[in-house]
Amino acid sequence: MTTVALKPATMAQALARAMRDAMAADPAVHVMGEDVGTLGGVFRVTDGLAKEFGEDRCTDTPLAEAGILGTAVGMAMYGLRPVVEMQFDAFAYPAFEQLISHVSRMRNRTRGAMPLPLTIRVPYGGGIGGVEHHCDSSEAYYMATPGLHVVTPATVADAYGLLRAAIASDDPVVFLEPKRLYWSKDAWNPEEPPAVEPIGRAVVRRSGRSATLITYGPSVPVCLEAAEAARDEGWDLEVVDLRSLVPFDDETVSASVRRTGRAVVVHESGGFGGPGGEIAARVTERCFHYLEAPVLRVAGFDIPYPPPMLERHHLPGVDRILDAVGRLQWEAES
Amino acid sequence: MTVMEQRGAYRPSPPPAWQPRTDPAPLLPDAEPYRVLGTKAAEDADPDLLRRLYAELVRGRRYNAQATALTKQGRLAVYPSSTGQEACEVAAALALQARDWLFPSYRDTLAAVARGVDPVQALTLLRGDWHTGYDPYEHRVAPLCTPLATQLPHAVGLAHAARLKGDDVVALAIVGDGGTSEGDFHEALNFAAVWQAPVVFLVQNNGFAISVPLAKQTAAPSLAHKAVGYGMPGRLVDGNDAAAVHEVLADAVRHARAGGGPTLVEAITYRVDAHTNADDATRYRQDAEVETWRGHDPIALLEHELTERGLIDEDGIRAARDAAETLAADLRARMNQDPVLDPMDLFAHVYAEPTPQLREQQAGLWAEIEAEQEGTH
Ligand SMILES: Cc1ncc(C[n+]2csc(CCOP(=O)(O)OP(=O)(O)O)c2C)c(N)n1
Ligand SMILES: [Mg+2]
Repeated sequence: MTTVALKPATMAQALARAMRDAMAADPAVHVMGEDVGTLGGVFRVTDGLAKEFGEDRCTDTPLAEAGILGTAVGMAMYGLRPVVEMQFDAFAYPAFEQLISHVSRMRNRTRGAMPLPLTIRVPYGGGIGGVEHHCDSSEAYYMATPGLHVVTPATVADAYGLLRAAIASDDPVVFLEPKRLYWSKDAWNPEEPPAVEPIGRAVVRRSGRSATLITYGPSVPVCLEAAEAARDEGWDLEVVDLRSLVPFDDETVSASVRRTGRAVVVHESGGFGGPGGEIAARVTERCFHYLEAPVLRVAGFDIPYPPPMLERHHLPGVDRILDAVGRLQWEAES
Repeated sequence: MTVMEQRGAYRPSPPPAWQPRTDPAPLLPDAEPYRVLGTKAAEDADPDLLRRLYAELVRGRRYNAQATALTKQGRLAVYPSSTGQEACEVAAALALQARDWLFPSYRDTLAAVARGVDPVQALTLLRGDWHTGYDPYEHRVAPLCTPLATQLPHAVGLAHAARLKGDDVVALAIVGDGGTSEGDFHEALNFAAVWQAPVVFLVQNNGFAISVPLAKQTAAPSLAHKAVGYGMPGRLVDGNDAAAVHEVLADAVRHARAGGGPTLVEAITYRVDAHTNADDATRYRQDAEVETWRGHDPIALLEHELTERGLIDEDGIRAARDAAETLAADLRARMNQDPVLDPMDLFAHVYAEPTPQLREQQAGLWAEIEAEQEGTH
């Protein structure tokens, strides 16, 4: 029997390791963005890559997000696999024209002749005390754009496994990194990084029988905490971590809701026009006869992201989640 | 102690971070558009090249006329004609080697055709049966690009990637005068210069962005001058002088291939037709203005040079016109056939593998179509 030396790693380190391993495995993989080279990125997620692979493989670009993504498109056309870092969620917006008009549809408009294997990493979400323009939950914009995969990890192992899958994918992947989980830690074996996770599969993070919390990214740990707290109320909650918003894993989600008969969708993004509306509709369409109550949503308010001293009121927390669970028409049970 | 005593001797000097920069003078465009035809420079031009350009211009003019006619017959949804701009279109295609890449806009189907793309495939976007009708890798022609200037960063990225891989490939991207106001124009030129990417930007200054004249687009001394701010050379050329456009572009391509970095070329030309067949140009310009440009027609200019110098005879001219008629007849015949459409194609290339959601939607459409067909039997 071999003893495995497990060591703590942060999500940021797991992401860096994923890029490092991908770059070592495939010379076509190029990392590019603002401050990703010498500095290693403002969140240090590209730490060490320029040193190990040189500035041609991990490039500090001029400050222009449309230019970064637009040139990455050209690089992908020529057979490279660019991994683009957008410095913050709200600073990816200048690149939206390239994203929507080209990245998302190049394969389609060329009938498959010109796929664009590129990964767009976007640190997203709040909870880090960031000032204006640093905490947006922009996933709904990406989800609403056909042709993009939209992926977001919630654990250290998934950060590695999903980013490897994103870089290996022949389709463009918007890889949303929950900022407030960058420093979350887990034990892993640095000699043998976690498995590459297929894109498009949700996982049940905690099994339970009373109701399902459907969530992703930064809200996964919050839901797990809520599930623990719910035991005091006598509820045994299941937590589904979507991991991939596009493609959406209807199978795993529906199976869970059919088992529990109740569901709450939890995310930081605003509720109106947010992912929760789509998810609630899908669950209702598929599980109507299994549902004991309407699918509820716990979301951020429909407001511009608040200043840091007020953000705790905006972000879905344990109490608000338990409150929603309490409104799942339990009267019928007794 | 005073501050000066603490800090040592005070010496007036430029700010410490300031460094003398490159001299902008060599980057500046000429005062007048560069011309070859009708000037001494024409004597150095290769007669074979001139004849080749002539044949392509004549073919191009006929292609434009045929495509415009197809809109009237309802065979094309819309056509942005490059009539009057054939010299730019043709020279851009001929200045490149087979291994190079062309990045055209919606107006540049002729450049794609001159590079070898099948005219029917070049026109599928405008017929409406599919967005891109050709495989971009076959002739190394990127998809026709409609969102203005967004193809420019692609050209830069592709050229940069080629250089990283050690291939001596050059990318040439075409954009209109209006497109130079877009942010992507700025970002592309800046990236190209910083990376010294082997890319050539050809601005076809045809006087208008739909209805808006250049004066409302920019206050720059010329569009070619914009190059200087990025640290690349700007060249100004008579866009209706095919020999001049070809020479300037070929120079820029050679310069890029040799590692000299990008060039911005502004070609002064004129959009003789309306913006598209759907546009009414009389709302914003005088016919008299169009007439002045007919006197500076790219085909007439080159034909004059060739006949004056005895480089072409009646037979040569007739051969060029016959070849053009052959292209037009073939285009007409094939465009008059209804394209074969498969609605299932809608789902085929959204992702490498359709998502479960798309599979469901595809099955739904399939059922709808089957029901429709049963209804008609
Ligand atoms: C981003 C964007 N905005 C607006 C349009 C609509 N549009 C199509 S062509 C055109 C004029 C472009 O003028 P110019 O760049 O000079 O090219 P030309 O049509 O003269 O060849 C406009 C405004 C567009 N295609 N893309
Ligand atoms: Mg124009």
